[in-house]
Amino acid sequence: MTVLRKIIKPCGLHCIKVNHLGVTLGGQEILKDINLHIHCGSLNAIIGRNGAGKSTLIRAILGDIPHSGNIEFKDSENGRIQKLKIGYVPQSLNIEKQTPVSVYDMIAAYQSNVPVFAVKSHKQRERILEHLQVFKAEYLIDKQVCNLSGGELQRVMLSMAIMDEPNLLILDEPVSGIDQNGMELFYKTIYQLKENYDLAVILISHDLEYVKRYADKVVLLDGTILKQGNVKEVFSSGEFTRVFGKKEEI
Amino acid sequence: MEIFSWLQYDFMKYAFIAVLIITPLFGMMGTMIVSRKMAFFSDALGHSALTGIAIGVVLGVNNTNISMILFAIVFAILLNQLSSKVVASTDTVISVFSSCSMAIGLAILSKGGNFSKYSSILVGDILSITPTEIIYLIVIFAITLGFWILGFNKLLAVSLNRTLAKSRHIPVKLMENLFAVLTALIVMVSIKWVGILIINALLILPAAASRNISENMREYHFFSIVFSMFSGVAGLIISYYTNVATGPMIVIIASIIYFATYLWGRKHNM
Repeated sequence: MTVLRKIIKPCGLHCIKVNHLGVTLGGQEILKDINLHIHCGSLNAIIGRNGAGKSTLIRAILGDIPHSGNIEFKDSENGRIQKLKIGYVPQSLNIEKQTPVSVYDMIAAYQSNVPVFAVKSHKQRERILEHLQVFKAEYLIDKQVCNLSGGELQRVMLSMAIMDEPNLLILDEPVSGIDQNGMELFYKTIYQLKENYDLAVILISHDLEYVKRYADKVVLLDGTILKQGNVKEVFSSGEFTRVFGKKEEI
Repeated sequence: MEIFSWLQYDFMKYAFIAVLIITPLFGMMGTMIVSRKMAFFSDALGHSALTGIAIGVVLGVNNTNISMILFAIVFAILLNQLSSKVVASTDTVISVFSSCSMAIGLAILSKGGNFSKYSSILVGDILSITPTEIIYLIVIFAITLGFWILGFNKLLAVSLNRTLAKSRHIPVKLMENLFAVLTALIVMVSIKWVGILIINALLILPAAASRNISENMREYHFFSIVFSMFSGVAGLIISYYTNVATGPMIVIIASIIYFATYLWGRKHNM
């Protein structure tokens, strides 16, 4: 199995450090002094109310908006700094009904230089299929992206995100188009990913119930980091109560 | 052959060659304009041609084509920047600037009652194209094709999700601006032959028709280019025999194709 070959157990030795990250947009300070320490093989959930800067933090890490501070990727054993590869799964796509973009078109557009309007590269197709298989989505390759269900799209996006074997996977949890079963499956898949691939996961989550069950580390955000730690530490903190108005049962 | 008798005239020959260059170009560019919902943007660009000419007249430029093209490029980039910065919705921003610039153009050109001199640009006249002008079209065709081959994937990636594109090191802003500039260039070099009033129809209709029946990018481009070329050639020939202006005839045929594909798509549940 080609897919199995890709499985590399996380060593827990790589780490991603976000140092003093700040974002100011249009004269307004949206994020300040964000410090994060993320290990490979861990699932890190970012929580906070609407407008807390969760999406901004992700966009800053992705390099979509300018930020102060820095992000480094190190081998914690010998301190060697490497280039960080990031895979990203957005919350949604800008695509309408009837758009003639197939799953192949979309993935090839991001992954290759062979112009998708002219030719269908056999090599790319094989490569894409191989990664779709990881999420049991290979049957979707010729489907139109706009006709996929929320769960199907999520699996396709995940396949695309892991194609370059990223060190960090950033996910914006889907909020619509996925039912309870779909969410369960989504979290299980993420869990398997971080167990079986040498990568760290940052997940923006809106569902505290799932965070409680699956996250290794929770970051409570509101302009800056109010509290971070394991589920228990964060959920029982005073900061958590202040933001969400109640203590969660642990 | 009787049916090709029109080719014995030079003006028809040149018009035929021009159509064979312009229409595939429009079919190709149109796919992205429709996908990115920029129909209104390209329409505004077409209207800005008048302002560009007016500026040329005011400045006393000999060749108003140059002022027209330069203005359109500046206008395109400006609109692009404004739409991403201003809070008002994009179509409002485009509408405000397009009406304003067109009014200025019309005011200047109509001063002293001379507007009739420029009114031919409204409808366009492909039969008046010269061999030198065909060479310009070929150059623009080559540039666009090159850009499409090298940049299409990136453009598509940007149109699907900007942040995702950015995370893959695609120069989002640059691609958007290049596309806007190229659209401006193409609209400007063909506007004299196609006409301000119908140029947008030619950009939008073939791609929109192709969308009705396509499932992936290759079909989308193929049908869009085929529809565009067919409308162009058929429109030219029919207009010759019926003595109707060429531009409108091309648009009528493209519209018929649009409605036919719409019905076909509905029937086949596309």
